[in-house]
Amino acid sequence: MPDALLPLGLLQRRGPLDNAAPIPGVSIAPPLRRVSLHSDLSFYAGIALPRTPLRAVVSDNTAILWLGPEEWLVLAPERDPVTYGYGSVVDVSHRQIGLEITGPNAATLLNAACPLDLALTAFPVGACTRTVFAKAQIVLWRRAEHRFHIDVARSFAAYVHAMLREAAMEFSATV
Amino acid sequence: MRFTFDGADYDARPGDTLAAALLRNKIHLMGRSFKYHRPRGVLASGAEEPNALVEIDRGGARRTPNLRATVVEVFDGMVARSQNRTPSLRFDIGAVNDLLAPFLPAGFYYKTFMWPVGAWARLYEPMIRRAAGLGRAPELADTDRYTQRFAHCDVLVIGSGPAGLAAATEAAATGIRVILCDEQAAFGGSLLSDPSEALATQLAALFANPRVTMLSRTTAFGIYGDNLVGLAERVTDHLPDPHPALPRERLWQVRAKRIVVAAGAIERPLVFPGNDRPGIMLGDAARIFARRYGANPGTNAVVVTACDTGADVARDLAASGIVIARLVDLREGFRVTGTHGRLRVSSIEIDRGGTRETIACDFVAMCGGWTPSIHLYSQAGGKPRFDPGIGAFVPGTEVTGLTCVGACAGDMPPAYRAGVAPVNAEGRAFVDWQNDVTAKDLKLATREGFRSIEHVKRYTTTGMATDQGKTSNINALGIVAGALGATIPEIGLTTFRTPYTPVTFGTLAGLSRGDLFDPVRTTPMHEWEMARGAVFEDVGAWKRARYYPRQGEDMHTAVARECRLVRDTVGMFDASTLGKIEVVGPDAAEFMNRVYINAWTKLAPGRCRYGVMLGENGFVMDDGVVGRLAQDRFHVTTTTGGAARVLAFMEDYRQTEWPELRVWLTSATEQWAVIAVQGPRARDVLMPLVDGQDISAVAMPHMSVVEGTMLGIEMRLFRVSFSGELGFEVNVPADYGHAIWEAIWDRVQVYEGGAYGTEAMHVLRAEKGFIIVGQETDGTVTPDDVGLGWAIGKAKKDFIGKRSLTRSGMTGPRRQLVGLRTDDPATVLEEGAQITATIEDRRPLGHVTSAYGGTTVGHSIALAMIEDGRARVGATLQVRMPNGAIPVHVTAPVFYDPEGARLDA
Repeated sequence: MPDALLPLGLLQRRGPLDNAAPIPGVSIAPPLRRVSLHSDLSFYAGIALPRTPLRAVVSDNTAILWLGPEEWLVLAPERDPVTYGYGSVVDVSHRQIGLEITGPNAATLLNAACPLDLALTAFPVGACTRTVFAKAQIVLWRRAEHRFHIDVARSFAAYVHAMLREAAMEFSATV
Repeated sequence: MRFTFDGADYDARPGDTLAAALLRNKIHLMGRSFKYHRPRGVLASGAEEPNALVEIDRGGARRTPNLRATVVEVFDGMVARSQNRTPSLRFDIGAVNDLLAPFLPAGFYYKTFMWPVGAWARLYEPMIRRAAGLGRAPELADTDRYTQRFAHCDVLVIGSGPAGLAAATEAAATGIRVILCDEQAAFGGSLLSDPSEALATQLAALFANPRVTMLSRTTAFGIYGDNLVGLAERVTDHLPDPHPALPRERLWQVRAKRIVVAAGAIERPLVFPGNDRPGIMLGDAARIFARRYGANPGTNAVVVTACDTGADVARDLAASGIVIARLVDLREGFRVTGTHGRLRVSSIEIDRGGTRETIACDFVAMCGGWTPSIHLYSQAGGKPRFDPGIGAFVPGTEVTGLTCVGACAGDMPPAYRAGVAPVNAEGRAFVDWQNDVTAKDLKLATREGFRSIEHVKRYTTTGMATDQGKTSNINALGIVAGALGATIPEIGLTTFRTPYTPVTFGTLAGLSRGDLFDPVRTTPMHEWEMARGAVFEDVGAWKRARYYPRQGEDMHTAVARECRLVRDTVGMFDASTLGKIEVVGPDAAEFMNRVYINAWTKLAPGRCRYGVMLGENGFVMDDGVVGRLAQDRFHVTTTTGGAARVLAFMEDYRQTEWPELRVWLTSATEQWAVIAVQGPRARDVLMPLVDGQDISAVAMPHMSVVEGTMLGIEMRLFRVSFSGELGFEVNVPADYGHAIWEAIWDRVQVYEGGAYGTEAMHVLRAEKGFIIVGQETDGTVTPDDVGLGWAIGKAKKDFIGKRSLTRSGMTGPRRQLVGLRTDDPATVLEEGAQITATIEDRRPLGHVTSAYGGTTVGHSIALAMIEDGRARVGATLQVRMPNGAIPVHVTAPVFYDPEGARLDA
């Protein structure tokens, strides 16, 4: 009867940036399986956890970001199930949304509101950390020299996205 | 290039500052002084200029007052205006102040405007403010954009004169990251007066180096903690038609491993009667206008000097085709006794040994020695020392991570080491041009008993104008020291404060304005609530639907209707903002036992408990329902406003006090959209949606939790109630919140229910006597005070705040939670109103914490914290309302269903 009442197909998911206008160099990541992992073990779902502070490891489609002592963020395709039994495993897939910042201006754009040193020597490829973008807390992960991933809490996503739009505007201008 | 100044049309050359272009057009009169409205020309050639303040009008909101003509770059079509004059610069009625000058000495307004009492605010201050002043403040909202940028470097070099360029070149050669900034449009500083091939080559190498960032038109305005330097970059003000996507200004926050300050030195004027006439300027400024800009300040100059640079200036001016009428060297016994010329100097009077002489001229160059620019060094914590050879302060103590080089370090050629110049304080001898302070004013202050330079400064306002006394401070110190018979080091030095030169509010605000001033947090159901006309309230950064008015309803009617829905049938409520923390690990229950006053060990998985948390002081800090999902997993809820604080508090204890516990905390606030479904039909609403889950009263009693699915979506379903009715809280992953809300909405319609907002939620909970932390509690309330003593796990050895509950003053007669009723059921008490025993007795017994009309119990209700309140139930007290005291009857704090039968439906 529930099916008759409201077919499953009508249960549209809605992300916080569904109606956001696009920004050159900024794209919205597809829905991800996110696991907030706290553990005193060395593995999660068969993957060795990164032990180097502020560094991510990528294995197949799964990235594991070191965020603190005994704390990691797992980013995987949404279809991947959550694997329990490793310390504290909490599914936070909907808690955050991902943004991909790409292009030669990516680091400069982030530095419009993120106070970190994003030089390759200071924040190399594979580096990840919690930091701030203006007044929002974010997780920042450098996937390539000119490619960053931001994970931001969903209620701050519109703010961060709008800030990025404003900050990115000047790259469209030629002096 | 063409531009206008006060409506008249003039020519300019590329690279001109407004001051240079006006001088080439033979315009010396550029402003009127702040207090006396005296005609003023340009004194300096750079950022230190005190006189030539102008307004640049780019149309509409783009009108900027108080810009220094010596740093404003002319662009084609620029519209510039003078300030602080009525009706015109040449004829200014405000100049009457100058005639009254004998009656307007330093501090005159402290002495003159003493009576009648009250006239100061109404009459005198507005009058004085009108008579004195700078430019007109803009009235329209700023339409320009401003951006900010964070940057890091190994070496930040401030100033691109010879010393700064050498430092930048040397640092860049080692391959490290260098930022070189200069406030001028071009790099080179003093070298710009003699552009050379060597300069061009050196600059080209720096520009070509990818590890060097070159920032022109960029002022280092402040040094903050740990070598953080604020730079203000002016991006578009010099462009006639800037690209709309470009910011007008950009704030750089630079974290530098090492700061090299190469800020140079500022020339000092000479203090003599009539030294402020247009056409009397600093020697170096005259030389820069003539040589760098090809804008000779006149044809016939008198150079007055107290040091050897006078001869250099005279030589350079002569080389530019200017006749040097006289080089007056004060060291040879000359004194300047006056000047003449109404709107521009026409002659100067000198005296030696009683022999007076008047020399005709059309401008005067003053060489009073040089003051190292130690502003940034001082801001960084450096303690300057007085160098008598230079006659000014130079860097003294070392500052970690900061080096001063070149003239600002006191490293200057012998000719520039002038000592303190002699002063002729007779007549109107100005020291601070911008605030119109004369040598006499300073001497008057010392006669009136001011000894500290800080006091003299505040009394006379010397050095307190927007130029912060860049040209005046040393001369003022010399005069005060002389008057007191002390030395300059004994008098001391006033503090250098940020910013070095004025910075626009736009630059400091950056992108954080309008909608982006602060993050606005919305729930997954926000769009639905907007579409239904919800009125929102701000709770922290969250927008929460407060009530949903129908056509013609005011808040009172809407809230009363929403309350009625919940009591009679069913209402639904967006509770997504509630804080959620997942506490997971083998030691989770032990952790909970230590953090909450409640006992958790025996709470079975699938059951919930209302948890109360204290601070170490024993006072209620937060509360919320906690569900035990598994032996090692708790779903904790907190208040909306307390979510972040509670998580940080728990994390602090976990990491620092109990590192031995295997337990971890995860914020889950935003993972879940939460829909409260409350009312006698709540179960009927949800039954068809929960995919076969048994939610009967037997299977799912009050205070229980199950994990399952709703319409195929993962769900955590809590049977809890903050309304006093049968109630559930549906948790679904946030992306599905909107769809599930709509599905529940359709079901709620079947039972003629509806949505309710936070206001109805407040009323409903108050009818049940449920507290809200922060409303009934104020950080001084124990669990027992608010009737929650029962929640304390008596057998527990310890929990945060336990020891404090037994200290003195925590037991015995304290303010306790009670209910209040008024005789008139329509009277709504005022929240916060004080309560006394009788009308005569003014001793407060407590206060009203919550008060509502529009209830479902037939009368208004209130909750209050009253001294020994539970013992006063049945008594009549007085609530002190704005229009007099109102009698109230003290009741138990539960107005509705005291047995709680409806919860268990």
